[in-house]
Amino acid sequence: MRDIKIEVKDLSLYYGEKKALKEISMQIPANKVTALIGPSGCGKSTFLRCINRMNDLIPDVTITGQMLVEGVDIYNKDVDVVNIRKKIGMVFQKSNPFPKSIYENIAYGPKINGIKNKTELDEIVEVSLRQAAIWDEVKDRLGDSALGLSGGQQQRLCIARTLAVSPDIILMDEPASALDPISTSKIEELVHELKEQYTIIIVTHNMQQAARTSDHTAFFYMGELIEMGKTNAIFTKPEKKQTEDYITGRFG
Amino acid sequence: MDTVNNEINTAFFPSKKRGADLKGNIVIGITQVAVFLIIAVLFVILGIIIYQGRERFSWEFISTFPTNGMTEGGIFPALIGTFILVIVMSIAAVPFGTITAIYLTEYAKENSKFAAAVRFSVRTLAVVPSIIFGLFGLGFFIQFVGGGVDKVFNAGELHWGQPNILWASLTMALLTLPVIIVSVEEALKTIPRELREASLALGATKWQTIKQVVLPGSVSGIMTGTILAVSRGAGEVAPILFTGAAYYLATLPASMSDQFMNLGYHIYIMSTQSSDVEKTMPIQFATTLVLLILTLSLNLVAVIIRSRIRRRAK
Repeated sequence: MRDIKIEVKDLSLYYGEKKALKEISMQIPANKVTALIGPSGCGKSTFLRCINRMNDLIPDVTITGQMLVEGVDIYNKDVDVVNIRKKIGMVFQKSNPFPKSIYENIAYGPKINGIKNKTELDEIVEVSLRQAAIWDEVKDRLGDSALGLSGGQQQRLCIARTLAVSPDIILMDEPASALDPISTSKIEELVHELKEQYTIIIVTHNMQQAARTSDHTAFFYMGELIEMGKTNAIFTKPEKKQTEDYITGRFG
Repeated sequence: MDTVNNEINTAFFPSKKRGADLKGNIVIGITQVAVFLIIAVLFVILGIIIYQGRERFSWEFISTFPTNGMTEGGIFPALIGTFILVIVMSIAAVPFGTITAIYLTEYAKENSKFAAAVRFSVRTLAVVPSIIFGLFGLGFFIQFVGGGVDKVFNAGELHWGQPNILWASLTMALLTLPVIIVSVEEALKTIPRELREASLALGATKWQTIKQVVLPGSVSGIMTGTILAVSRGAGEVAPILFTGAAYYLATLPASMSDQFMNLGYHIYIMSTQSSDVEKTMPIQFATTLVLLILTLSLNLVAVIIRSRIRRRAK
């Protein structure tokens, strides 16, 4: 199948002795939004961080199984983790702009990739900020500190910063959980627009958000993938009892 | 409206026990006395030095050479010698200390035995008496390194194998290294994990992340460390006793292989070795005043910068 972006085969993750992810297997389609849902501690964020190897930073983590992105196992020894992260961007739960100007925040990634030309950087900055629907709000103050922006603006800035390195896949770890409803809906609109060009995987504990924004939904529970399917199907007629219980709010 | 019941319900709020009150008051009293003593000691020391030093303290005093067998004149060469000492010391110690701190906080694995050994060494280095550093400097820098250089390049003629400002500065650098390492480490740790992750998630390498995100955020910490080290280095005498400080020099040091005069050492010799200790009392006090102003103001700057970092860390 051409339109499968990520294929996960029997992926398990251990924190020391503790098994936090249990033989996860799934296929994530290209140019769609896939939502990962489940109660706190179910492993959805841990799984997300496996996709760009962010868990490498945590000592004592061992991972078995395969994570095939475009057919390449990213846990293969010959794969450079830096290149993986350039192709697979990440937006974090808490907005984390650098204590630099708005411009420098966006230009950070391209500069690291060796782009020095000012005109080229200017263009990347504008395009990225436009894509993240924040250009009009900040175009007159690109030199100001990014820390002066509101929480919602900061989060869209972080999305723009991720877009600036032109990734293929964007991972979002509860990107709107710390935002007000208006900012949240802006982020959700943005997710909807971005899936034209990117494959998006979004972790959320907000069921409505998963239902609104995603095409596919995967339900995690206690480190296991219980069920995955079209969002519509998962929310209307889930196959597993656990999924139904969670979605109808009987636990979690 | 209900009337407020002013009588205390003793079943709900048991009344105070007198004994406990007394004990508490005694403890509070003791701490108050202790605090007062500390402040009093500081003020007495400062008071005496300012009072006794003020009559000689002038621009002329800090800008002229000593005259008449060091019983008159100023302390210019000792001041300049101290400046050169701390500058050369910083050039050696700050990069070295910063690199060590970066290794310890950024690269060393949490359970690394090597890092634990480095940390232990740094802590030990910090409590080694300063005279030991002086002896080490004499043995290692002057006799071993300097003597070796002379043997190889100067056919055994003494040039580097004797006390000079370079060896004194390097000895002082060893003494102040722990101060720098600890300050920089503390500053690096205040950079939140989220920022490092943001950088790494954009495809930055670890070194790029350190260079672009971690170090720029730690500049004030590195400065604090440097200033504290400089203030320590300006005040210490023991490490330079055998490694480069001179009793009296008619000229300023012209090269790294020259000896130098130093404020702390100047106070020491003026009060113990002078031809007329009584007559030079005002000079001793004024020199002490200069040294105190120097180290206290450096410390003050360090405290200000550090409190700014702490505020940012919150």
